Amino acid sequence: MANGENVSGPILAADGRPLKQSLARALRLQKLRALALIAPLLIFVLVSFVAPITDMLFRSVENAIVPDTLPLTVAALEDWDESAGKLPGEEVFAALHQDLLVAVAAKAHTKLGSRLNYEQTGVASLLRKTGRRVKRMEEDGDLAAQFAKIHKSWADPETWATIKRFSSAYTSGYFLNAVDAKLGATGIEARPENERIYIFLFERTLLLSVVITVACLLIGYPVAFLLATLPMRTSNMLMILVLLPFWTSLLVRTSAWKVLLQQQGVINDTLVFIGLVANDGRLAMINNQTGTIIAMTHILLPFMILPLYSVMRTIPPSYMRAAKSLGATDWTAFWRVYFPQSVPGIGAGAILVFILSIGYYITPELVGGTSGTFISNRIAYHISSSLNWGLAAALGVILLMVVLVLYWLYDRIIGIDNVKLG
Amino acid sequence: MTDRDLAFVVFDGVQKSYDGETLVVKDLNLEIARGEFLTMLGPSGSGKTTCLMMLAGFEVATHGQINLGGRPINNIPPHKRGIGMVFQNYALFPHMTVAENLAFPLQVRRMGRAEVQEKVQRALDMVQMGGSEFAGRRPAQLSGGQQQRVALARALVFEPDLVLMDEPLGALDKQLREHMQFEIKHLHERLGVTVVYVTHDQSEALTMSDRIAVFNDGVIQQLATPEDLYERPENAFVAQFIGENNKLDGTVASLTDSEARVHLDGAGEIGALAVSCGAVGSRTMLSIRPERVLIADSSAPNQLDAKVVELIYLGDHIRCRMEVAGRDDFVVKVPNSARHSVLQVGQTTPVGWLTDDCRALDAA
Repeated sequence: MANGENVSGPILAADGRPLKQSLARALRLQKLRALALIAPLLIFVLVSFVAPITDMLFRSVENAIVPDTLPLTVAALEDWDESAGKLPGEEVFAALHQDLLVAVAAKAHTKLGSRLNYEQTGVASLLRKTGRRVKRMEEDGDLAAQFAKIHKSWADPETWATIKRFSSAYTSGYFLNAVDAKLGATGIEARPENERIYIFLFERTLLLSVVITVACLLIGYPVAFLLATLPMRTSNMLMILVLLPFWTSLLVRTSAWKVLLQQQGVINDTLVFIGLVANDGRLAMINNQTGTIIAMTHILLPFMILPLYSVMRTIPPSYMRAAKSLGATDWTAFWRVYFPQSVPGIGAGAILVFILSIGYYITPELVGGTSGTFISNRIAYHISSSLNWGLAAALGVILLMVVLVLYWLYDRIIGIDNVKLG
Repeated sequence: MTDRDLAFVVFDGVQKSYDGETLVVKDLNLEIARGEFLTMLGPSGSGKTTCLMMLAGFEVATHGQINLGGRPINNIPPHKRGIGMVFQNYALFPHMTVAENLAFPLQVRRMGRAEVQEKVQRALDMVQMGGSEFAGRRPAQLSGGQQQRVALARALVFEPDLVLMDEPLGALDKQLREHMQFEIKHLHERLGVTVVYVTHDQSEALTMSDRIAVFNDGVIQQLATPEDLYERPENAFVAQFIGENNKLDGTVASLTDSEARVHLDGAGEIGALAVSCGAVGSRTMLSIRPERVLIADSSAPNQLDAKVVELIYLGDHIRCRMEVAGRDDFVVKVPNSARHSVLQVGQTTPVGWLTDDCRALDAA
């Protein structure tokens, strides 16, 4: 460039604007048009997927009901020292009386009772009972004694400690609950041995999911190999057989396993008939872990076979031929040449099956009995039966975190770009 | 060359059918000598690759026997045949480095680590890929020509007596292909290994081979040296397939020892060398190479009138398309000398050739 000024300055477009600016302007319209095209889907996903899930997950820490229902009590309790082991002063009882009058009029006290009952059993009935009598209390009398008369729990500092501990708008209570711990007087402490369940359920869910994934791989690999190597007509027929389960209802498939596996079922009858199993020693294969593993392996098998197949189909047969011409036996050629190239398919299939199985609900519910249920069954129980949504949300968040951590580990060890779905 | 050497690889009455209805290879009889470079040349679907696959052991002969080094190999699995092979797409294992690819045939033969390393290096040196930067690379990081060399080295590294090549240069550009043709040829001469090479590119076959087997329709049409194949094709297919060819159709009018008088469809009667034409009265195809046609040369015994239709300037020669005996696809290569200025489009001139240069073949 002959002109010295232009050397250092930005390159200009023909109309004198900086080139970058012109380019951005030219591309903006394109980008807007593209955005408009995906907008319906984006809005749909946001409204129907992201927003409800975020709201649900938020419930795992949300605790506004306590400060909203008992605003005066919460404020009054701030000065009270729970570790001293003494009851709070009269002003706290007065505040509670005021709060309860408002709450009972709005019928909010029972909801508060259910919430606090998760942390200390008995609070629900305590609040219901108190709610019925709070109007008849004498405001000028000794409120502490009157409360104690309604229910002796009001004379127990522990009740007040629970209210104080869960008085903030956000709580870690649900998460602690989900990992078999609680917020005690001295901070976080483990629950008593006989109340622990969730850690055990998480462990079982992970273990069974690994077993199911491995079983799917062992059964699915040869099938995918056949699909990829057989002539087109035969492999298409086989592919239909693989896809057939997709056209059958999940419930029908699971129920079919009940028919096959139960103690008076087809398999046990056959084994007894052959004489392999004594009539009084029929195998228990359903309503336990075995049932869950068998039924879920069957149901998730296509999710292993399809990614494996799509990867194997891209491995040209000439590699195996080359290996054999170089002196490798069939097994060596497979193990050293074919198998390493099918690893991306194994990765994709294993991730898919594992993540599906870790959150599976219907099959363990139907065939799992007590020893074969997953954490997801517990989540469903809290959503629909115990209505402890906060705990359900906390369990869900932990499950999500476990999956993300495993995914991250997989990426670190094997590399996510090694996953191929086709 | 003794008889035993000549029969290093023997195809004896080999037939192959895939569907039980048509024969892809019909009664193949072929003997390949030790150290020979034999090319199977033919259009696609002519059965040449099937023959190679039967020799490698990937296809089973429907009938007949294949011998290697004196013993029948029909029932020997491919990995025990000890035959090196270069595939059309190289088939280099993508998950192994170049060095690992080359070490593979040695490792499956349970060679020691030091020996493997030495042989791999020697094989890489042999194909001019001995530089330290190549051994650790993956095949995908190499250019097409480099992949070709590695594939070649891998097929040779375990020192097989026989190497099969299935259109190994098909994916390379023209210049590289020609370069590699010479390299493979020189490698063959240096190592003395027997090579069976499959291609559909006739110039490749002519450049590299000791002998060429021209395949068509599952049958070897002619098995001969490149020179014989070009100069003395034995049937119409070979004459048409190898090199450029002018054909004139006619009927055999009379036959003496080796000369046939042929009555052309267009006009006139000319003499030709009787190769595979039938008896008097049968149809025949005359084959004359474009460079053997003499223009306006009264010394030639066979003369016909020709009309210049098109002239194409190609530097070293001029391609002249002419109308002769009713056909307008008669091509003559005129050397680029002072004479060419004589020719003008539309002009009529006598063309002629020696009787020996005009071969009377079967009517294709």
